Amino acid sequence: MSATIDLPGFADPARDAQRAFRAVLAAMAEPGSLRMAGDDLIAPAPLAPATAAVLLTLVDGDMSLAMDAATYPAHPWVIFHCGTTLTEPAKARFIVALDCPDLSTLPSGSDEAPEESSTLILQVRALGSGTPYCLSGPGLRSPMILRADGLPADFAAHWAANHALFPRGIDIILCAGATLVALPRSMTVENA
Amino acid sequence: MDAAADPPSPGLTERQRWMAVLARANAAELAALLETVPPLPAYRRLRGPESGLVMLRGRTGGAGAAFNLGEMTVTRCTVRTDDGLTGHAYVAGRDARQAELAALVDALLQDATRHSAVQQAVINPLAEAQQRRRERDGRKAAATRVDFFALATMRATP
Repeated sequence: MSATIDLPGFADPARDAQRAFRAVLAAMAEPGSLRMAGDDLIAPAPLAPATAAVLLTLVDGDMSLAMDAATYPAHPWVIFHCGTTLTEPAKARFIVALDCPDLSTLPSGSDEAPEESSTLILQVRALGSGTPYCLSGPGLRSPMILRADGLPADFAAHWAANHALFPRGIDIILCAGATLVALPRSMTVENA
Repeated sequence: MDAAADPPSPGLTERQRWMAVLARANAAELAALLETVPPLPAYRRLRGPESGLVMLRGRTGGAGAAFNLGEMTVTRCTVRTDDGLTGHAYVAGRDARQAELAALVDALLQDATRHSAVQQAVINPLAEAQQRRRERDGRKAAATRVDFFALATMRATP
């Protein structure tokens, strides 16, 4: 493990984690809005700075984390800096993926405890450009267009099934470069 | 924390031994000894030095149920040298410089080409000084020792 960590985490852990937390909070409160996170962080490949910043901010030893195989080179860095171990997606509260997994296989909580669902941190190629999606729902005064490059072609259909589970369901944080966008389970996402 | 702690017990790995010595050294000692082993590789900090609290656990009578004894201030640091070696250090107290130097020495000691030089120049003198301090404190304490005899121990003593 020690042979493969060669990058530091946040330069100023308390301040940087608070800034990233604020970004995630604002993104969740206003779905579809682009927020900056991790802009001064050097992330381990293949993670984007925003993905790494979200992990450093939200994951610690008390949280279960799963990462897909494509992120393998970054695993030692995440394990060391977050102080956590990796588990399988079916047991994880946070899931990091470069390819969107089947949302129906991830823990979506129960009707008694919907907060026990997992949050998917999905890294995409770009945000603000690419395929347009129409978002509407709580937090948005009027429907808006989100452009994202790298989501699967049938994402809107998968999301509709996830949205239908409400109050259960997966929340997604989309990350690309140093920007992130949140898609809480309460959102309606349609192809625009 | 001073060197009056327990002597290193057998069964520790070599790395645990040198980490124990480094954890009991202070920053000034470490810096002075490190100057005798040039040239040092450049390094960068991967984490810290940062201070935090560690919960110490104890067992009643040494064997009973575990309980939380209290919290202790600990400073940790991880560095990576340009040679690609990673050194870790956890030291008692809040001396960030000590933690950083101890992590650096931990990394140097993992380098086969430097190990013996660093071991002789840094670890051995520190270990001897700590051993002397421990013996001196032991003698001071032994001079004021009082044996209490209870009836049971008097009977057991011939």
